[in-house]
Amino acid sequence: MSDTQETEGKQRNVKRFMFLNRKAPYGTIYALESLEVVLIGAAFDQDVSLVFVDDGVYQLKKGQQSKGIGQKNFSPTYRALEDYDVEKLYVERESLEARGLTAEDLLVPARVLGAAELGALMEAQDVVLSF
Amino acid sequence: MTAAVAVKDKEVPVDEEGYLVNLADWNEDVANAMAADDSIVLTDNHWEVINFLREYYAEYQVAPAIRVLTKAIGKKLGPEKGNSKYLYELFPYGPAKQACRYAGLPKPTGCI
Amino acid sequence: MSVLHTTNKSPLRTRDLESCLRLSRAGCGILLLEDAVYGALKATSAGAKIEEAAKDRRIYVLGPDLAARGFTPEQLVAGVAVVDYGGFVDLAAEYHHVQAWL
Repeated sequence: MSDTQETEGKQRNVKRFMFLNRKAPYGTIYALESLEVVLIGAAFDQDVSLVFVDDGVYQLKKGQQSKGIGQKNFSPTYRALEDYDVEKLYVERESLEARGLTAEDLLVPARVLGAAELGALMEAQDVVLSF
Repeated sequence: MTAAVAVKDKEVPVDEEGYLVNLADWNEDVANAMAADDSIVLTDNHWEVINFLREYYAEYQVAPAIRVLTKAIGKKLGPEKGNSKYLYELFPYGPAKQACRYAGLPKPTGCI
Repeated sequence: MSVLHTTNKSPLRTRDLESCLRLSRAGCGILLLEDAVYGALKATSAGAKIEEAAKDRRIYVLGPDLAARGFTPEQLVAGVAVVDYGGFVDLAAEYHHVQAWL
């Protein structure tokens, strides 16, 4: 009983935030901006999900070498998200397939979900932030 | 006119908050000079944290926030070092911010 | 109330509308504004998809954007509602949250 009350009390203060990432890295600043907001926001102890859809799945592609274009390779930072207690990463199956990618191509463990499941997850959020 | 830290016989450029402009300029003399400007003499305990931060940055390309640093230090060096009291004693201006500066890293993401 | 999705790019130029349709669910609202209004026209290739989506989702088109581009509500596919700016605000308040497909 007291456990339940405690959980409920906790849930009242915690909102569900989804970061919806739909842009490839490097071509625009969206991917990096999103990642920075996630890192900064982690200090607020909210329920955070990161979702990668459309070209956003390219953010997690293994083997990025950005030296030649004079931009920082921020892809290793996705592997630090765990340290920030951000552990819910989802990738849309349709987006992966459309790009000839599989979970094997990703540099961090992420759950692969179909569009219907992701749509349901999106609906369950308090806030969805699009990048 | 940019700010700089005097390291031995040359000047190393830093930003308005004292962080290195070029991360490649870093060496141990830079860290010692920055600490001396804060009237701090770096001990082995300081170096343990500074080196940890440099390794963390090399691995993840991000300077960890204080909470992450504390937890990660605890994991690597034990709970007697992975707590804010210990880290604040070493780096009174804020462990993540100050230690990252000495380590030649950017200001940690998530430190306001 | 569920999610109000908005999209503002022509579906003839970007794939934002497709992603929006793929990830929206029955009972959701979808508001087409700015260049996205072209997508709800009978004459365009996206029209059929919008008509299909209108069966289980509510599709809205921002009227002033449609008029500005020289089209009338009669040229929209069946099942689409036209709203004005006030209606847009009402929708944003009515749905639980707004997801912009930019």
